Amino acid sequence: MTASSTLRAVLKQPSGVVGVALVVAHVTMALVAPMIVPHNPTLQSAGAILQAPSWTHPFGTDRLGRDLLSRALLGGREAMLIATLSTVAAMLWGAMLGLFVALQGGRTDAYVMRIVDAMVSIPWVLMVMIFVAALGVGARALIPVLGFSYGLSVVYIARAAALDFVARDFVLAAQARGERRVTILWREILPNVRDTLAVQGAMQWSWILLGISSLSFLGLGVAPPAPDWGLMIADGRGIMQAAPWTVLWPMAMLSSLIVGVNLAADAIAKALGVDRTFGVAAP
Amino acid sequence: MPRKIAGRLAAAWITLVVIAVVVFVGVELMPGDACTAHLGRDAARAEMLTACRDRMGLDRPPVERFALWAADLAHGDLGVSMKRERPILGIVGPRARNTLILAGAAALAGVPLAILLGFLCGLRREGPFDIVTSTVALVAMTMPEFVVASLLILIFAIWLGWSTGVVTAAYDAPALTLLLATPLPAITLALVYIAHILRMVRSSVIDTVGADFVLMARMKGVPERRIVLRHILPNAILPSISLIGLTLAWLLSGVVIVESVFNYPGIGRLAVNAVADRDLPLIQAIALLFGLFYVLTTLVSDLVAMALNPRLRSLRG
Repeated sequence: MTASSTLRAVLKQPSGVVGVALVVAHVTMALVAPMIVPHNPTLQSAGAILQAPSWTHPFGTDRLGRDLLSRALLGGREAMLIATLSTVAAMLWGAMLGLFVALQGGRTDAYVMRIVDAMVSIPWVLMVMIFVAALGVGARALIPVLGFSYGLSVVYIARAAALDFVARDFVLAAQARGERRVTILWREILPNVRDTLAVQGAMQWSWILLGISSLSFLGLGVAPPAPDWGLMIADGRGIMQAAPWTVLWPMAMLSSLIVGVNLAADAIAKALGVDRTFGVAAP
Repeated sequence: MPRKIAGRLAAAWITLVVIAVVVFVGVELMPGDACTAHLGRDAARAEMLTACRDRMGLDRPPVERFALWAADLAHGDLGVSMKRERPILGIVGPRARNTLILAGAAALAGVPLAILLGFLCGLRREGPFDIVTSTVALVAMTMPEFVVASLLILIFAIWLGWSTGVVTAAYDAPALTLLLATPLPAITLALVYIAHILRMVRSSVIDTVGADFVLMARMKGVPERRIVLRHILPNAILPSISLIGLTLAWLLSGVVIVESVFNYPGIGRLAVNAVADRDLPLIQAIALLFGLFYVLTTLVSDLVAMALNPRLRSLRG
């Protein structure tokens, strides 16, 4: 299926339209927000703390008097950038290893998958926390860490998808011709599992985004005072009672983006005829 | 059948051993060690670093340290916390109990509800009930736990005043006190579980409804009630059981977040504190414990699936 016909099939579904619209709106906003935000997102103003939404501050202000509209509009940029780079890393190493062990089979496959099984059994939050404890906090440290830990589930998906093809005649024929393994993976197997991997990539992006926000919320992700939705929610949680707007806006922004990505991924999966998995890959 | 169970037990044991190796090697591969992490800026002072390494036995070769660590583990000795300077077992034990209370409450309330809802959705596929429930489930499974938790606190604790927002019970409080503090954290955890399991059961039911044997039963004139309860239900639930175990284990990450948000004195919040303290031996022990919990959950669900499956029961070997 070509890209444009896939897009058409996605937009035929109501949930696909909503999902794609939400994602496009968020990405556009992330790109243009620095040019249009009304206030400096990190500028503190002692005279304007915890103001309810008004004309000067449509979303209100937080406990340091910072404008919440500006912070809410900018709050997804860093997380989205880290999520994108981590997703690329996760898909690259996960897919390569998964496809390779599927083609190789035998002992290599068994040993590698046992190790992957063991690593999967440690919750990702904990795995990330082990790395953060040793390496220190920071966006640059997060990308390899998230890319690695989320890539584990890609290994399962890629391997399972490739297993359907490794025993087919065209792969056997390529092996009989004496093609190199890299060529077989690239030319014979990859085109067949492309759709599955594309859907998986979209899902990974939303999971990683969720992961970064959770880490920021715990104080292990994006560092303050940068505007970030997870940080903003953590920041406003103690004063929710007096100023619920401090948490409601970032919640709405984060949720709409994540729900949008999931709806879009669901619609893409349906359009491509891929069985959407939940990240729970049966070993 | 006995041989199958033995095989499954052996596989669980091997996974545990591999987890121990992975945790050890993972910490080993990172720059620095427990002492540099613990001392932080003080690590530059050579005599403090040497003294600490000497005390922890870090000056020995890695293989020897792994052997010692593993031998201690086999005796149930998890080592000593850097920060608290107490045996880890005593720190981790009561908090593991608290986490089990929370996760247990969430699973006991959530899993049957999820199976029921998924079953109803699958039977009336694309009906109004299914569309509404499935959409809510999609939103519930995509919302981050910390957002759901904060929202629940805002609605139920602050606006309605039905319960307290955060848990104030100490880690060694009696089990009943903790159980009474669990509703909001358990609901937060359960929402995600329910959504995942519901979707799995739903698609399993849809597959079963379209199976030949259901069509056959209909053609024979079997009453609809009997078709649903005797033909569809067991065949749809069975394949989901091991997946349910896997989902529960997979979603353990949520425990870390939920406990931190609600200030619940369990193992997840301990993990966050251990990271803040850069207490590597404690983190190692917690990672291992999570691994153990994962292995046990998947093991139990696989065994339950085996026990309930007549095809596996009748097999010899």
